[in-house]
Amino acid sequence: MIRVENLTKYYGNRLAVDNISFNVEKGEVVGFLGPNAAGKTTTMRILTGFLAPTRGDVWVAGYNVLSHSLEARQHIGYFPEAVPLYTDMTVRSYLDFSASLRGLDKNRIKTRIEEVVDICHLEEYIDVLIGKLSKGFRQRVGVAQTIIHEPEVLILDEPTIGIDPIQVAMTRQLIKELGKERTVLLSTHILPEVSMTCERVIIINEGRIVAEDRIENLSSIMGGSRRIRLEVEGPSEKVAERLRQIEGVHRVSYQDSHYVVECSAGQDPRGKIMETIVQGGWTLLSMEAIEMSLEDIFLKLTTEEETGQ
Amino acid sequence: MRNTTSIALKEFKSYLASPMAYVVICIFLVLTGVFFSISPSTYLETSIRGLWGFWGVLFLLLLAAVLTMRLLAEERKMGTLELLLTAPVRDSEVIMGKFLGSLSILTVMLVLTLYYPLLLWLFGDPDMGPIATGYLGLFLLGCASLAVGLFASSLTSNQVVAAVVAGGILFALWFTGMVANLLPEAIGEAIGYFSLAYYFPDFMRGVIDTRGIIYYLSITVLFLFLAIRSLENSRWS
Repeated sequence: MIRVENLTKYYGNRLAVDNISFNVEKGEVVGFLGPNAAGKTTTMRILTGFLAPTRGDVWVAGYNVLSHSLEARQHIGYFPEAVPLYTDMTVRSYLDFSASLRGLDKNRIKTRIEEVVDICHLEEYIDVLIGKLSKGFRQRVGVAQTIIHEPEVLILDEPTIGIDPIQVAMTRQLIKELGKERTVLLSTHILPEVSMTCERVIIINEGRIVAEDRIENLSSIMGGSRRIRLEVEGPSEKVAERLRQIEGVHRVSYQDSHYVVECSAGQDPRGKIMETIVQGGWTLLSMEAIEMSLEDIFLKLTTEEETGQ
Repeated sequence: MRNTTSIALKEFKSYLASPMAYVVICIFLVLTGVFFSISPSTYLETSIRGLWGFWGVLFLLLLAAVLTMRLLAEERKMGTLELLLTAPVRDSEVIMGKFLGSLSILTVMLVLTLYYPLLLWLFGDPDMGPIATGYLGLFLLGCASLAVGLFASSLTSNQVVAAVVAGGILFALWFTGMVANLLPEAIGEAIGYFSLAYYFPDFMRGVIDTRGIIYYLSITVLFLFLAIRSLENSRWS
């Protein structure tokens, strides 16, 4: 649905996006993750046709964004970062305007406005001037505008910034629901948001893609080690000592009454750990494998990038 | 075409929703009223040449600069340009819509001044021909000035800068005629052709000069074209 090939964008002499390529398949919800100024917004602006690339090609819904811009734009719902809206219009007249620019006919506009107002819970505010709405409600109007023409591809640039936690949860729920039938590219720098809403993640830093995979695979592509957390009733030093002797275990640390055992990626020593503890006459209270959190991956990837330069 | 109409309609409504349009219309009517009532030609010739004399027309140029300054500069500043330019709408439709929106407000203002010829008609016996051609001239001059203003607005995100640039271009085009008088005859005349002021008196006298019509339409088309290019250019920044 979205295909980006060797995309490069310079602002004057400043390189914002450096030769990136990626694909988003139909129906996927993909997180576009990166720190501020990583090139997320620039990439999204190019995808939506607001900016032209310096080099490279971009296709959305099968249309080249440069040569068939209007057709591509027809299939995109775009939620820009700052939620720009006309403050001198009412919610209704604004939605009417956006819908008519996207080629909906009069009757369709009427029913669609009712539908999106219902989806975004804007019923009470439909005849209020947008300038008088709070940030949270403006954000909802922004979402309503994004989906009014039922686009196949949604490009959402940090849709949960600056709104209260209840609305954040609501927006994420909405994104999940929309993602069932539509293709979504969601940019954010909030990590839990990605693991909550997305199936796949593309991590970008300083204009380059540093990682790209399904969320559950990301920790394994890190190559590093696997970690297991244990809670054991017994003398801590002795337990740690015995754990270290198990084959494949590199390190054992003890903190907050939990042991963290690090071992090579390919091995699963849980059976042996169990045996060891039983042999020692201690009691195993809990044992779980720790997935590397997105935060860990993200920090590792982006700091590696920095030290690499 | 539909997109153009939607944008034009939206612009027209937002003029009416802001106090700005009413303030401008009000000042416009008061000042034109003053020009009309103090001009001797109103009484001696029962014509509108006093109303649309030097100051009246200069005021119309200023007005065009003020009316158009927000059209694109505000969108750029508020970021709404991002949504407008990512909607499936051609850049030319955006510019045409904005232009027609501002033209409709200007037309409303010109229609409101028809009150002065009406007074002349009620209390005297004016020659309606020059009044009609005069208004045709005003309309064409208005189109050209709005196009210049829209172009200026496409260059910046600051409305004041847009108004000053528009005013600068319009005054320069208007006063070219005066500078032309200082130059040797042939050159002066050639330069004079490029002046916004050159053809206007003919319209006021009741003469429809095709060169005048073509001139004003060319200026309009030229600056609308430049505005479209300037909008396209912002994608490549």
